[in-house]
Amino acid sequence: MSGGSLRERLSRARASIGGAVAGVRGRGGIDDGTWEGLEATLLRADLGVRTTGAVLARCRDAVAAREVRSPEDLAARLRTELAALLVDAPRALATDAAPGSPCVWLVVGVNGAGKTTTIGKLASRERAAGRGVVLAAGDTFRAAAGDQIAAWAQRAGAELVRGAEGADPSSVVFDAVQRAAARGAELVIADTAGRLQANTNLMEELRKVRRVADKAAGVVREVLLVVDATTGQNGLAQAREFAAATGVTGVVLTKLDGSAKGGIVFAIEAELGIPVKLVGLGEGIDDLAPFAPADFVAALLDD
Amino acid sequence: MFDALSGRLGGILKGLRNRGRLTERDVDEVLAEVRTALLEADVHLDVVEAVVGEIRAAAVGAAASRALDPGQQVVKAVHDSLVGMLGGETLAITYESQPPTVVLMAGLQGSGKTTSAAKLAGWYKSQGRQPLLVGADLQRPAAVEQLRVLAGQLGVPMWSEPGDPVAAARGGVAEARRTGRDVVIVDTAGRLAIDDEMMGEIGRISAATSPRYTFLVLDAMIGQDAVTVATRFDAALSIDAVILTKLDGDARGGAALSVKRVLGKPIAFAATGEKLEAFEQFHPDRMAGRILGMGDVLTLIEQAERAFDQREAEATAARLVEGRFTLDDFLSQLQQLKKMGSLSQVLGMLPGVPAQVRNAEIGDDQVRRTEAIIRSMTPDERARPEIINGSRRTRIARGSGTQVADVNRLVKQFLEARTMMKRAGKGGRVGPSAGLPIA
Repeated sequence: MSGGSLRERLSRARASIGGAVAGVRGRGGIDDGTWEGLEATLLRADLGVRTTGAVLARCRDAVAAREVRSPEDLAARLRTELAALLVDAPRALATDAAPGSPCVWLVVGVNGAGKTTTIGKLASRERAAGRGVVLAAGDTFRAAAGDQIAAWAQRAGAELVRGAEGADPSSVVFDAVQRAAARGAELVIADTAGRLQANTNLMEELRKVRRVADKAAGVVREVLLVVDATTGQNGLAQAREFAAATGVTGVVLTKLDGSAKGGIVFAIEAELGIPVKLVGLGEGIDDLAPFAPADFVAALLDD
Repeated sequence: MFDALSGRLGGILKGLRNRGRLTERDVDEVLAEVRTALLEADVHLDVVEAVVGEIRAAAVGAAASRALDPGQQVVKAVHDSLVGMLGGETLAITYESQPPTVVLMAGLQGSGKTTSAAKLAGWYKSQGRQPLLVGADLQRPAAVEQLRVLAGQLGVPMWSEPGDPVAAARGGVAEARRTGRDVVIVDTAGRLAIDDEMMGEIGRISAATSPRYTFLVLDAMIGQDAVTVATRFDAALSIDAVILTKLDGDARGGAALSVKRVLGKPIAFAATGEKLEAFEQFHPDRMAGRILGMGDVLTLIEQAERAFDQREAEATAARLVEGRFTLDDFLSQLQQLKKMGSLSQVLGMLPGVPAQVRNAEIGDDQVRRTEAIIRSMTPDERARPEIINGSRRTRIARGSGTQVADVNRLVKQFLEARTMMKRAGKGGRVGPSAGLPIA
């Protein structure tokens, strides 16, 4: 899948859901059925009980205060309330680099979220923008992870620094930053092994990766948490724990070209203040797009 | 931030505790919390609504158990209903009379198919079978290489060929026939359930290999989309069961309930760790407690009911209150506790115990040591620990293979606890080894 705006590409996957907001508009007035329908829409999109409850409570207040009278007003108000949950923060990735001091992006997340694929796409995009890119094969645990990122590095035309299987990931990342500094490359994108946030030892290892990366010749500008759009309520715990361990600066929401809506990012943004910066829309090297809040909300409500 | 159900129910249950019977309103209040708990566990909304309706009927009619208070009865009814819905038993794995038995792995990208394929091969090997792993994921870079490395670690042969995934899968089955392997596990590329082209491809792989089992590999962290995904994979492939991965995390895994409920497909296996051995057949009863966020607290209640002899408990309680509690009584309390399982098992069944503690294998050693110390005492010493002097301590330590300091600590804590309980004495329930020292 490629081509078209984020919104067009999202709505392609969404036709089957049937517009919940269209359903609201179709009713004569605002009644119990309206609220039930909206609650169901938000819960099915993985917003979670708490976020859904908070958003609908604000909409109910607006109705009670007679700010909202018609189903049309309510649909618009819901969109506004959802958009208001998203943080007001820059969503572009920081690329500042000085000679001899490359910009470093660390990519973290649970197993299977799509870290390596995202790195491949990022590398291609940054190469196309004219930056010298070094990839760090920091997943030294999973079998053949190094080969996987090597394939992406080749496609993107980026240099790859890898260690032996089972090597200390911190040292691989450190070496990659030093290499980039020596060669005058502007950007290092570091892969890390997938890990579940409940695994304290592996989270400790990740803290060390971050610490060591900070000591290398570059500057860690972004720590990107990759979250699979199919993730349910566990996504919030992922964001909280990875943020605590590594200082996450942004989320990449992957696999948004599927049938899942990725509603857990509302809780991640609202409760943790971490912005979604990019969305993944397929396995192709160009299937990565900036996160556009208005399009995302519209696609979620499917109108 | 989202408390487990047991935590949120605490207040409601406390209110119910002193009442003889439940009103319908009590039940509604509990069920509202259950609904939230199920949604937070990522059970599909439609399933939640249906399930809560059914549970209401079961809960209102819950038979009175003398050992449980009314609130616990409702929770037990909820739990029992969930266990029933998840399917009572573990899926029995069978084999083709004409080998090889083909197993097809299907699922979304990143759900854990390749790792699960390898773990499944390890499981078949442990069952005395000769599996062959077949790499038909020709899409993801290095997926075949990953499978090759894992196969090498397991000592299981692996087969693949570049080009067409359908041909690779078919070739794998032919290879198994040629080399006498009796189980073929076909790994496939991850695909979106709404990608018609890719769903068509895996349909052709299935047609070419006639699998006995088609497993849908599902990430335990998946949200509401689980039902859409499972329904579409089932429509394309007729899946037999689910392999639930990444269950070693803190996701509550509500998808297990959704899929069972909507498609009637069981969970066959659960992947529970990074190591290749971390893979087991699925136990529905344990999952019910997890989805509810209650640990296996009900299992614990049941075991307590079974193991704890009521009359003995009352006699012990009486002695406690009168300050006549001896180390012999304490030893018998420890025995009761052990009947419930090892201490770390018991801990694992309690809600809210962090994974680190659960997995740490703590405590059992200490219980053993405490037992050894008491058993090395004379009956007189057990009855009146205050007579234990220096030479007795040395003898007890030598007899139990412990240090004098261990004996000291046990005796001191015991005497303090006894005094304390005598003081607190009147009323209150006495459970197994409440507040007692474990050296």
